[in-house]
Amino acid sequence: MTRTEILIELKKVFAPYTTNKEMLDGITDETDLIKDLKINSANLVDIIIDAEAKYDIEIDYDSADKIINVGTCIDLIMEKLNHDK
Amino acid sequence: MSRRIVVTGLGVVSPNGIGIPAFLHAIQNGISGIKFMPHYRELNFSCQLAGMPDFEWEGLKNYISDVTFHGLKGTNIGYGLAAALDAWSDSGMGYETDEPRWETGCVFGNSIADTEAMKNVINRVDNKEVKKLGSRVVEQAMNSGVTSYISGRLGLGNKVITNSAACATGTQAILMGYEYIKHGYAKRMLVGSAEHVDTYVYGSFDSMRVLSRKFNDQPEQASRPMSSTAGGFIPGSGAGALILEDLDFALQRNAKIYAEVLGGSSNSGGQRLGGTMTAANSTGVIRCIDEALASSGVSPRQIDTISGHLTATNADKQEIQNWTQALNREGDDFPLTNSLKSMIGHCLSAAGSIETVAAILQIEHQFVHPNINLEDPNPEITNLVSIDCLPVKMIKKEVNIVAKANFGFGDVNSCIILSKYN
Repeated sequence: MTRTEILIELKKVFAPYTTNKEMLDGITDETDLIKDLKINSANLVDIIIDAEAKYDIEIDYDSADKIINVGTCIDLIMEKLNHDK
Repeated sequence: MSRRIVVTGLGVVSPNGIGIPAFLHAIQNGISGIKFMPHYRELNFSCQLAGMPDFEWEGLKNYISDVTFHGLKGTNIGYGLAAALDAWSDSGMGYETDEPRWETGCVFGNSIADTEAMKNVINRVDNKEVKKLGSRVVEQAMNSGVTSYISGRLGLGNKVITNSAACATGTQAILMGYEYIKHGYAKRMLVGSAEHVDTYVYGSFDSMRVLSRKFNDQPEQASRPMSSTAGGFIPGSGAGALILEDLDFALQRNAKIYAEVLGGSSNSGGQRLGGTMTAANSTGVIRCIDEALASSGVSPRQIDTISGHLTATNADKQEIQNWTQALNREGDDFPLTNSLKSMIGHCLSAAGSIETVAAILQIEHQFVHPNINLEDPNPEITNLVSIDCLPVKMIKKEVNIVAKANFGFGDVNSCIILSKYN
């Protein structure tokens, strides 16, 4: 799975949690989940749970703490996907 | 302490009508909201009926953001939100605000979180999947979930309090909101209560053998307050909400005024003198009513209508007797008295607020709603008060002052006195 493919799928994961729907289409690696997408920080947990289910991976608590923007989110998912192979 | 407190908005999610127009139509025409619940038969419940609002869950998207809606599972919270936000807009105000509304608070009651929704938590934890619970459980499991969702949506910045007093919760919430305005803490209070009687709560009442079990094939006839065949109550769900305001504050914004809250009382019989966890101490009840009248400056003679607690158990007779003693009125001299529970069942924590909405509509539209299913009045009750005081059809008449009371487990009582605004 390429970064672009993951990005497309991630938009669907973020959608229920962002109040900034207009911005969702144009997200890049630098898009900050809390500042830009206006996601409630408490809901990051739900995004991780949804991503775990979507990609059939497990994201441990320490790794989850590294998620700040879309780029770090994709990094983490790619790392887990590769690791599980 | 000369402040007057008025009602400027109403909202309701009732088993027999959602929204004020539908609810008004239902209570004027004696429309029952009691339905047969096939699932309860499968579960071997003795009572298989419920007053369940015809509530469209997706409709909540009209009240809250999609983000808030996503993951909302607490039915009691949904009911409370809809009633509260309807009351708010009925009062002529918009939802949106950037600044907290420092002058407005909220007292909204409920019994328990939606245990059907909480079942998922129990299953996840027991299956060692706690990591999958997510962030939205605590806010819905906490007893203050309903008030948190309401106050968050509207930016309420004054006292935000969740009360719980079993079946007296709704009336108590209204009284608490009244007192906060009366004492000058707030200018406006959103008050009310919500209840969702889920399967587990329902089952617990069923096991107490306090529910009606002989009318499962006649749902609409099953809730029979004050009748000889009253064999227990029918659990109901829903929510009622009111906007209470300082009169001057309401007048400044040209708010519509439905009625005035003159006063009230909330006490306990202390589970003494015949009072227990589940039975009211009559001395406490009479005291509560008398204190409500005294705080309102109303004499017993001025009461036009009683909106009773009257659940359709053998406590109905004792309740009527308590009213006759508290008001020192009996026979033909007793006020017209009704029980909304004949139509919607007993909505527990939500009973007081839904019934108060009905009481205010009776003042607004000058009528007394019927007691349905009162074909066979209990002679022990008609020995105390004239049968003509217990209307079985809607009566159009001048209604100036209504006494509304509810009594709950724990031997807690609440009574408020409502008046036409003059």
